[in-house]
Amino acid sequence: MAELLEVRDLVKHFPVTRGVLFRRTIGQVRAVDGVSFSLAAGETLGVVGESGCGKSTLAQVLMRLEPPTSGTALFEGEPMFPLRGAALKAWRRDMQIVLQDPYTSLNPRMTVGDIVGEPFDIHPEVAPRGSRAGRVRELLDVVGLNPEHLNRYPHQFSGGQRQRIGIARALALRPKVIVCDEPVSALDVSIQAQVMNLLASLQAEFGLSYVFIAHDLSVVRHLSDRVAVMYLGKIVEIGTEREIYEHPTHPYTQALLSAVPVPDPELRGQRDVIRLTGDVPSPIDPPSGCRFRTRCWKARDVCATEEPLLVDRGGHPSACHFAEERHVVP
Amino acid sequence: MTEQIVPLVDERPRGLFGDAWHALRRRVLFWVAVSIIFLVVLMALFPGLFASGDPNLAQLSRSRGAPSAEAWFGYDNQGYDIYTRVVHGARASIVVGLLSTVGVVLVGATIGMFAGFYGGWLDAVVSRIADVFVGVPFVLGAIVILTTLNAGGDAGTVRIVAQVVLSLSVLSWPVAMRIMRSTAIAAKQQDYVKAARALGASSSRIITKHMLPNCVAPVLVYSTIALGAFIGAEATLSYLGIGLRQPVVSWGVMINSAKDYLRVAPHALLFPAGFLTATVLAFVMLGDAVREALDPKLR
Amino acid sequence: MLEVEDLHVEFRTRDGVARVLNGVSYRVAAGETLAVLGESGSGKSVTAQAVMGILDTPPAFVTWGSVRFHGEELLTASPERRRAVRASGVAMIFQDALSALNPVFTVGFQIEEQLRLRRGMSRKDARTRAIELLDLVRIPSARQRVREYPHQFSGGMRQRAMIAMALALNPEVLIADEPTTALDVTVQAQIMDLLREIQRERSMGLVLITHDLGVVAEVADRIAVMYAGRIVEEADAVSLFRSPGHPYTAALMRSLPRLDSSKHSALETIKGLPPSLLRIPPGCPFHPRCPRAEAVCAVDVPAFVPLGPGRGSACHFAEEVVRG
Repeated sequence: MAELLEVRDLVKHFPVTRGVLFRRTIGQVRAVDGVSFSLAAGETLGVVGESGCGKSTLAQVLMRLEPPTSGTALFEGEPMFPLRGAALKAWRRDMQIVLQDPYTSLNPRMTVGDIVGEPFDIHPEVAPRGSRAGRVRELLDVVGLNPEHLNRYPHQFSGGQRQRIGIARALALRPKVIVCDEPVSALDVSIQAQVMNLLASLQAEFGLSYVFIAHDLSVVRHLSDRVAVMYLGKIVEIGTEREIYEHPTHPYTQALLSAVPVPDPELRGQRDVIRLTGDVPSPIDPPSGCRFRTRCWKARDVCATEEPLLVDRGGHPSACHFAEERHVVP
Repeated sequence: MTEQIVPLVDERPRGLFGDAWHALRRRVLFWVAVSIIFLVVLMALFPGLFASGDPNLAQLSRSRGAPSAEAWFGYDNQGYDIYTRVVHGARASIVVGLLSTVGVVLVGATIGMFAGFYGGWLDAVVSRIADVFVGVPFVLGAIVILTTLNAGGDAGTVRIVAQVVLSLSVLSWPVAMRIMRSTAIAAKQQDYVKAARALGASSSRIITKHMLPNCVAPVLVYSTIALGAFIGAEATLSYLGIGLRQPVVSWGVMINSAKDYLRVAPHALLFPAGFLTATVLAFVMLGDAVREALDPKLR
Repeated sequence: MLEVEDLHVEFRTRDGVARVLNGVSYRVAAGETLAVLGESGSGKSVTAQAVMGILDTPPAFVTWGSVRFHGEELLTASPERRRAVRASGVAMIFQDALSALNPVFTVGFQIEEQLRLRRGMSRKDARTRAIELLDLVRIPSARQRVREYPHQFSGGMRQRAMIAMALALNPEVLIADEPTTALDVTVQAQIMDLLREIQRERSMGLVLITHDLGVVAEVADRIAVMYAGRIVEEADAVSLFRSPGHPYTAALMRSLPRLDSSKHSALETIKGLPPSLLRIPPGCPFHPRCPRAEAVCAVDVPAFVPLGPGRGSACHFAEEVVRG
């Protein structure tokens, strides 16, 4: 079965410039540095990583909000990046995004009805004349909001509700893929569950595929079928949710999992404790060979000279010369 | 799952401008400013309501007469009735202030929006040009422009006013441009603009629907204050003799002709100056009140 | 050692009076970690600020209650006395180290300032002590870093620097307000390890304010759960997680996605939203969202029912809830 979305060797570098009148480029921020993955229809791929790993940049490039430096992406078998004009606009109907901050992702000067209806204004061919209002109400209802409130403004809603409005907007054109960039990170714990349930039920109801980007590993596990772990612009391990959480083979994944606190005081002192030392290196000048080697307890000489490829090691792809399974999650 | 959730604050649907209006209504400062402005604008539109005399009637016999029951503000050196002239002077002052503000905002804000939105070389070029204009000292620049334009003897009212409006606009557009530009740059970074781009919105749609309504506030505040400032600037130019002049009556013109006789006929200067100050202050207060009303309503 | 009793705080705003704290009581003993757990709007940070005396008055007003440190009442103490207690008795660290540290002074200066002002140390002694403190919080190359500015530190380092600053005068109690919320999870783990170690070495009391149940489970001895300006449950960590005594606590735990669970079924949610503090519902503030609310809940404010030694819950049906 052909994959819905296929990304190969995606690279995004941001130039670091100096000078006011004549800008000179003195370096590159290697935000995304060779990322490859695929997404099947109806699947959720979780992307986890800490700050600076490039996951947000990945979202921007996938949505074509930023041009890639190099690499290809195929959507339903067709290359995504060369699309222009009308073809680009048509493609936008198939791939949408839900953003992180509910307080800045909605235009404060527009009513909720206008915000959710804007996709239909931009793509009038999707909703025949006169059906727009009905569709907007339907969308609000589907995400759990009162359709009578479409004349309200965003500031009259809570954070969780605003996030639902953002989801309704992303859903309007019936996309096939929705990129969720930290959709619940800015919400209170008791509201996170509501929005997570909503995303899951929408996926079932509308046959959506998600690229779910987040830093909270418990949240990602709950919603994802497969998970990719990113570090400094590269995927270091990728596999099914079970493989990553129960049979992690890359040291960084293991360290990440061991650092997540679990709400069970009886496990105190029983967990496998891995603590990383040092800081995350700068993405402008990443370490040679394996980027994780400066903080890795397994590092040897070969790690500095040869970059480990993301290939199958012990069941699923892992980018480590010494990949070894270690059961970290209790 | 479709549980019905009640919105946070149960209010009538009120946009951010509606909210701002509500906040404005409560402030005394706003009403004081609006009353003064209303009065002055009324004077400008219908001077006949306030004064029945002829502002250009000179009665030399009454020259420098003190305020009396007949002439509430007295007479100036030429024998003009000061009260009548003050009332008629409102029109020129307001017109100059208004037209200059409109010119500056339209030109400056438009350029600023494009510079901020497109960035790149357009922004660089526009900013450098603006820097050049900002570098010119205001009064000096005005003198140069107006003396050049004035090189042609007598001119009609329209031309006199137009010259002053032009010189004020040309020298002040960079301020409006910069305000709009920096607001536009900030607005461009907002997530909702990203979302609109992700939906496939065209640049014109993003500018008009998403950026403009959110960038209007600082420019609005600037315009109210600028209006006042331009009225004052016109007075300055007229005082220097290069701005408005006869047959146009304005407060600046009156102050100019009264300055040499301050000792003997202070009322000839004090009344127009008083009106000028009050009007400028009113606009500044209005700008202040509007800014406060618009500012905290960003959430 | 530190006792908060029946604290009531109001915020007087243009839109009305928000009752931010409605009778909050807790205590911390030496060497003990008390976690104050709550979501936004629960009042957990305001309580800490009231204890430290750093609430903005107006619009905040402490309308009732007492805060006692070693028996001494702080709320009515003089500003000088409060300042003396601050930092050397009870110190506080915040969520955002970047805004808590002054960007125009070096980190060393900010630590030394307190030592010189409050302990009368000489510049040289203060410098030595500052380097010792930075070492204590595991900042490498302390001797060089003491001369650097906050923006030159990474997020985790800044947090450590803030901890060093808080520890300079050897406080007996440290209040940590969401100290790791803004940090990456691996850095969070390091910081929490550090706090625990320091606490053990100095027998310091630690008040940890957070919304993260995981952090609480790993670190706390006792937990106070807050909702709408009230403490709705208090218990030791093991008991709280094993058998919560308040419907809010129970619902919160059930709504969490778990790292160790592969279950993908829908999470249990708490319906509705936290109440606006301008209009707290009558009776029990949680009743509109409570799965087992009954008629009495909308009328009577539940009293704090003891459920055993050091345990209590503010619910009319606490005993039933505990039994599950």
